[in-house]
Amino acid sequence: MQRHLISAADLTRDDAVLILDTAEEMARVADRPIKKLPTLRGRTVVNLFFEDSTRTRISFEAAEKRLSADVINFTAKGSSVSKGESLKDTAQTLEAMGVDAVVIRHGASGAPYRLATSGWIDAHVINAGDGTHQHPTQALLDAFTMRRRLVGRDAGLGKDLDGRRITLVGDILHSRVARSNVDLLHTLGAEVTLVAPPTLLPVGVESWPCEVSYDLDSTLTKSDAVMLLRVQRERMNAAFFPTEREYSRRYGLDGDRMSKMPDHAIVMHPGPMVRGMEITAEVADSDRCTVVEQVTNGVSVRMAVLYLLLGGNEPAVTHARPTEEK
Amino acid sequence: MDKQLDAPPGARSDARPVLEGPDIARVLTRIAHEIVERAKGADDVVLLGIPTRGVFLARRLADKLEQITERKIPVGSLDITMYRDDLRMHPPRALARTDIPGDGIDGRLVVLVDDVLFSGRTIRAALDALNDIGRPRAVQLAVLVDRGHRELPIRADYVGKNLPTSLRETVKVQLAEEDGRDTVLLGAKPAAPGAHP
Repeated sequence: MQRHLISAADLTRDDAVLILDTAEEMARVADRPIKKLPTLRGRTVVNLFFEDSTRTRISFEAAEKRLSADVINFTAKGSSVSKGESLKDTAQTLEAMGVDAVVIRHGASGAPYRLATSGWIDAHVINAGDGTHQHPTQALLDAFTMRRRLVGRDAGLGKDLDGRRITLVGDILHSRVARSNVDLLHTLGAEVTLVAPPTLLPVGVESWPCEVSYDLDSTLTKSDAVMLLRVQRERMNAAFFPTEREYSRRYGLDGDRMSKMPDHAIVMHPGPMVRGMEITAEVADSDRCTVVEQVTNGVSVRMAVLYLLLGGNEPAVTHARPTEEK
Repeated sequence: MDKQLDAPPGARSDARPVLEGPDIARVLTRIAHEIVERAKGADDVVLLGIPTRGVFLARRLADKLEQITERKIPVGSLDITMYRDDLRMHPPRALARTDIPGDGIDGRLVVLVDDVLFSGRTIRAALDALNDIGRPRAVQLAVLVDRGHRELPIRADYVGKNLPTSLRETVKVQLAEEDGRDTVLLGAKPAAPGAHP
């Protein structure tokens, strides 16, 4: 494993499988009366959230606490950032406090990379979503959910997603989840198809390691998993499709469409869902929909990432920086 | 775990067997009888093996106990990786399976099973791990080989073989489930340290 987790594309197949296998063991901690491990005792992790998030922030916080790390939560609202402080100064402040890892979500693509490579900070950097770039832990928890459902909980250990057909539907253009998933699922050997109206596909998508289609119905019948993505209105500054109703009719998943999927196929959604838009309530509440499971798995996967990045010897030794001698 | 588990079999020509397959079987039979004797029938015994080889030994012990008592003996595994005191001195290790039998360990007699007892640090970590899982009536320890050199006040309740060693020697347990054969090898540590991952 590398020092940081910035992009799902940085993970090799073996790294990714190791994370998924570790997450499977971490999941067992949730079944215990005391849901806590002493592994990261004495390590400080900062959750640095410049952009709104419920699921990811809570999930990281739960994962950090289950591993006994000391957790500092930082949100841009109500902090010095709203007074105009730069990322560099925020980072240096955290460094001066001696943090071991920074979990960062930022509206600007590349902010975690900048933080990791600028030399402002010595801590491990974990990307919790940056702009429209990457959200690697989301891709890992999606892959974990797919492996569990499609390969099996114990049968999946040590295995990848070789040959599984995964379809991602919706706002690919603005979706960091889609980018991360395409990278990771390709690494794990799955065949990915993106389905979206042409206006919601990014320029250069033909160079991605996946297929592209504009027609949902023909793709559904040969999918092992269908992942729906929210139309991100907050990132849209132009009209990408005529009406919501038309989008929903062509690219939304309802009960009729779901019945055309193979019997074993699952419906996924990274959340937050907009019921009635990309997914109907009937589908969202069905057994085949893994939304709640994905949230549970998110904690296990993030525990695995934190353990594999922070659990070893590296930072405890190298963290003594000259600045601390002042 | 200074057991050099990763070296290929027969890598060091000077490694000599101190226990062979039939010896290991006899030793486990004796330990099973001792457990029944000391636990007065082994009614509430739960066997927990410490991965990797402790788990196989625990399963073998459970089979023997079932033959003796004609009852089903709960057997599981306890991974201690996350509780190790040397976690920060090595790169993160892959986790092994922790599998606690269905009825749990509360109020029961837990017998921890491991292959080699050396510094005692693994067992200390196992005791910490048990603490997070439940409250056993008592905890006992069964090991195939006790090679001495304890660094903590820990001792085994059931010992397959006491093997006085020097720190320059290695003790390596091989079991059929993992290594294809049953044997305990006593060898010399390679001259240049650091080859161990």
